[in-house]
Amino acid sequence: MSTDSLMKIAFGRLTLEAFPLHEPILVATFAGVALGGAMLLGVISYFRLWGYLWREWFTTIDHKRIGIMYMILGLVMLLRGFSDALMMRLQQAVAFGGAEGFLPADHYDQIFTAHGVIMIFFMAMPFITGLMNFVVPLQIGARDVSFPFLNNFSFWMTAMGAALVMVSLFVGEFARTGWLAYPPLSGIAYSPDVGVDYYIWALQIAGVGTLLSGVNLIATIVKLRAPGMTMMKMPIFTWTALCTNVLIVAAFPILTVTLALLSLDRYVGTDFFTNDLGGNPMMYVNLIWIWGHPEVYILILPIFGVFSEVTATFSGKRLFGYTSMVYATVVITILSYLVWLHHFFTMGSGASVNSFFGITTMIISIPTGAKMFNWLFTLYRGRIRFELPMMWTLAFMLTFVIGGMTGVLLAVPPADFVLHNSLFLVAHFHNVIIGGVVFGVFAGISYWFPKAFGFRLDPFWGKMSFWFWVTGFYLAFMPLYVLGLMGVTRRLRHFEDPTLQVWFVIAAVGTALILLGIVSFLIQIYVSIRRREALRDRTGDPWGGRTLEWSTASPPPEYNFAFTPVVHDNDAWWDMKHRGFRRPVAGFNAILMPRNTGAGFILAALSAIFGFAMIWHIWWLAALGLVAVLAVAIAHTFNYQRDFQIPANEVERTEAGRTRLLAAQA
Amino acid sequence: MAMTPTGGDATTELPVFCLTDEHEHAAGGSTLLGFWIYLMSDCLLFAALFATYGVLGGSYAAGPAPKDLFELPLVAVNTSMLLLSSITYGFAMLATYKGRVGATQGWLIITALFGLAFVGIELYEFTHMIHDGATPQRSAFLSAFFTLVGTHGLHVTVGLVWMVTLMLQVGQRGLIPENVRRLACLSLFWHFLDVIWIGVFTFVYLGGMLR
Amino acid sequence: MSDAVHGKHAAGGHAHSDSHGSLRSYLTGFILSVILTAIPFWLVMSGVLNSKVATELAITTLAAVQITVHMVYFLHMNTRSEDGWSIMALVFTLILVVIVLIGSLWIIYHLNANMMPDRDMSQMP
Repeated sequence: MSTDSLMKIAFGRLTLEAFPLHEPILVATFAGVALGGAMLLGVISYFRLWGYLWREWFTTIDHKRIGIMYMILGLVMLLRGFSDALMMRLQQAVAFGGAEGFLPADHYDQIFTAHGVIMIFFMAMPFITGLMNFVVPLQIGARDVSFPFLNNFSFWMTAMGAALVMVSLFVGEFARTGWLAYPPLSGIAYSPDVGVDYYIWALQIAGVGTLLSGVNLIATIVKLRAPGMTMMKMPIFTWTALCTNVLIVAAFPILTVTLALLSLDRYVGTDFFTNDLGGNPMMYVNLIWIWGHPEVYILILPIFGVFSEVTATFSGKRLFGYTSMVYATVVITILSYLVWLHHFFTMGSGASVNSFFGITTMIISIPTGAKMFNWLFTLYRGRIRFELPMMWTLAFMLTFVIGGMTGVLLAVPPADFVLHNSLFLVAHFHNVIIGGVVFGVFAGISYWFPKAFGFRLDPFWGKMSFWFWVTGFYLAFMPLYVLGLMGVTRRLRHFEDPTLQVWFVIAAVGTALILLGIVSFLIQIYVSIRRREALRDRTGDPWGGRTLEWSTASPPPEYNFAFTPVVHDNDAWWDMKHRGFRRPVAGFNAILMPRNTGAGFILAALSAIFGFAMIWHIWWLAALGLVAVLAVAIAHTFNYQRDFQIPANEVERTEAGRTRLLAAQA
Repeated sequence: MAMTPTGGDATTELPVFCLTDEHEHAAGGSTLLGFWIYLMSDCLLFAALFATYGVLGGSYAAGPAPKDLFELPLVAVNTSMLLLSSITYGFAMLATYKGRVGATQGWLIITALFGLAFVGIELYEFTHMIHDGATPQRSAFLSAFFTLVGTHGLHVTVGLVWMVTLMLQVGQRGLIPENVRRLACLSLFWHFLDVIWIGVFTFVYLGGMLR
Repeated sequence: MSDAVHGKHAAGGHAHSDSHGSLRSYLTGFILSVILTAIPFWLVMSGVLNSKVATELAITTLAAVQITVHMVYFLHMNTRSEDGWSIMALVFTLILVVIVLIGSLWIIYHLNANMMPDRDMSQMP
């Protein structure tokens, strides 16, 4: 057998050409990543932290630590996704007339695809999943989620999906199809290279993690609430988390099927979305948006929950209209399944179909409007404290309303025929995602950071970050509304009309301000860690909170609550504080907790190897990887010893430590 | 039972905010609900596949159509295999709740055999079709057919692997609560697959012959 | 208070006592299923109802009934299991399944009618 065919069997279609040694930007990036990575690995090894990392973090089933790991993943991917944004803005600011800019089409297309995929799947999703993971069990008075091992596994699957996307930067290339990879462009005939395959496998692997996380949190909220916490006494963030996870469970299977059908077309030659033999590419668009629309509500609903909690806490008032907030959330959940066609009004389904979906789309804005009013009424006559979480909330309220209104404008089919796939659309969705999700994540981070780490974030750098982000956002995206109305299409890397340039330059300036916002945030974290004693919170309740998570120490002990709380009213912790709650200092029992396990990490790593092998057509490795995943999964089920007891005297010691801390505070 | 908080007058009625006398939480209390929710997601997975078949199922691309391919008597036999396996699994569960390990294992083996027969017949059918040129690549109808029916068959196969694993685990540890929970989950899975099959034989096979 | 405690445990521990079958219920379900399978096969194979539409309607209805039989007799579906969450999840899922199926069929029908080649584009509905 020739060396050539041996190489083909051993390495599939992976050859030395897959490494972009002739692309200066990529080589420089790789050098940076390699250097930074080597330094990080070096530091960890020098301080002998591998054992600690493995035992305390990689194998953890503690929802709090898993939540923190999600947040770190989201932050890292935010940096990557934002670099893509910077490059695009720079390219679009200079590429006019004769000037070609610095990004050839081949790169530009990968960059806007990667930007979308990373920001949605590996920045926004991990951030909201991280917040829900950390907060929900604490808010309902539980010790962990229903399925702690599955939680760890879900995190690693998401992380491995992200890893595959990152690998595509240095080995091979990424998809050039846009973040939803429509066929026929994404089919094997027009994208025969590995890019779309990286896309498919990264999302399928991460998708498994997300789906299981959805099942986990629904079961947790239904089953593990503290006694007395009826559904209508749950914190509003928990309600939004419940509805979000219902959406996840209901929507992600559709994504799984759609990507699977696309991969069958690519690997096996089926005809689902081909141009011939009966295929119908429009069915892909239909299916992917049946997933895609609920997905954006998955992103925003938890954030609505964050804002509800923050508004109530920093107005010193109970949330206005709790019941209508719950109903609004549930209505949004159901309605989000009835609007998906508004993403492809122009594909040609005609007036009757378009009108139906246009009307449903307009209707779905109403419950969100109701929420806005409830937040306003909560603020009204409240004693508002302008801490960072509240600042982000106010910025959100203004920004999201603008974005929402442009959404209702786009919901009108005739208007959409003009504006579909223009920069107006791009401005709209960034308006709601940044103004909504990103601002909300920052609100959530500044709100719950002290709970997670025991000290607050530095307010000065937080405010710097805030002002850079807000001004940067408006400068970066308001010009895009103007450009869209003037007819400029999205995803273009070069323009002929020089009168457009000024708007792109303004947008680039805005992006630079956002960069400063991100840098300020990183500085904020660094400074907060250095000044942590000055920023220390010893009470566990730095903001005068209203919900149960604030009744625990900061950070909470691994078991969260020494005694399961009993709930009597909404805003359970507020109720406890004002009705004579005394923290028990004796009589502690042993507590049953789940053990840490490496199985989640191993299964996810094997899945990633399987995915990589499938991408590069290394069939022997793919088969091996698949068999290994099944074998490890089955072997794991033979492990029946999943729990251990925290002895009563250890609980006593931990609680006594807190008693001392609280006494010193007083 | 529940302790009143420390401090305060013994006669004042302070609300109880802590469960100080907590009995050990029944482990695995979330398992059945969690599995049911997963099953609902699986239902939607099949819904997408059915929708795809509904949309593409008439696109024969001048190739073979259902009338040329489907042998309803064979499908009827297959359907009976699955239906019989459903009831034998039911008998296995009845034995489980009576704590009878031997009877449970016996009924599980019979269920597995019916399941294996189902998968075997389906593989035979697929091989035949491919041999006659009706490959998944021939037309969108065939792509959709093989994927929908094949995904169901794959689920059945996974169920069989799970069944064998459980039989080993019941053999090792008996009908402990954890194993009973797992058998209950597999029961939900197995019956759910029969429900999906009702959809398959009605809309794909019978419906196909009516097109 | 004790109610709340018991409520919390009852939901977890004894759910399955509601959802065992009995020999009789399994056999009833089985026999019903056999009948509900035999009829549609017979209707299609013999073509006894001369109209395609009628046959399609009949087999669809019979399928729906058999699915219900499976839900009740094999899956022990009832409004009480898991404090009503099971049936709520099922109803929600079924609604979405209907939306996905009917929505897709309706949309793609219109798209095919308007967008497939060799059409007179001036007569788009």
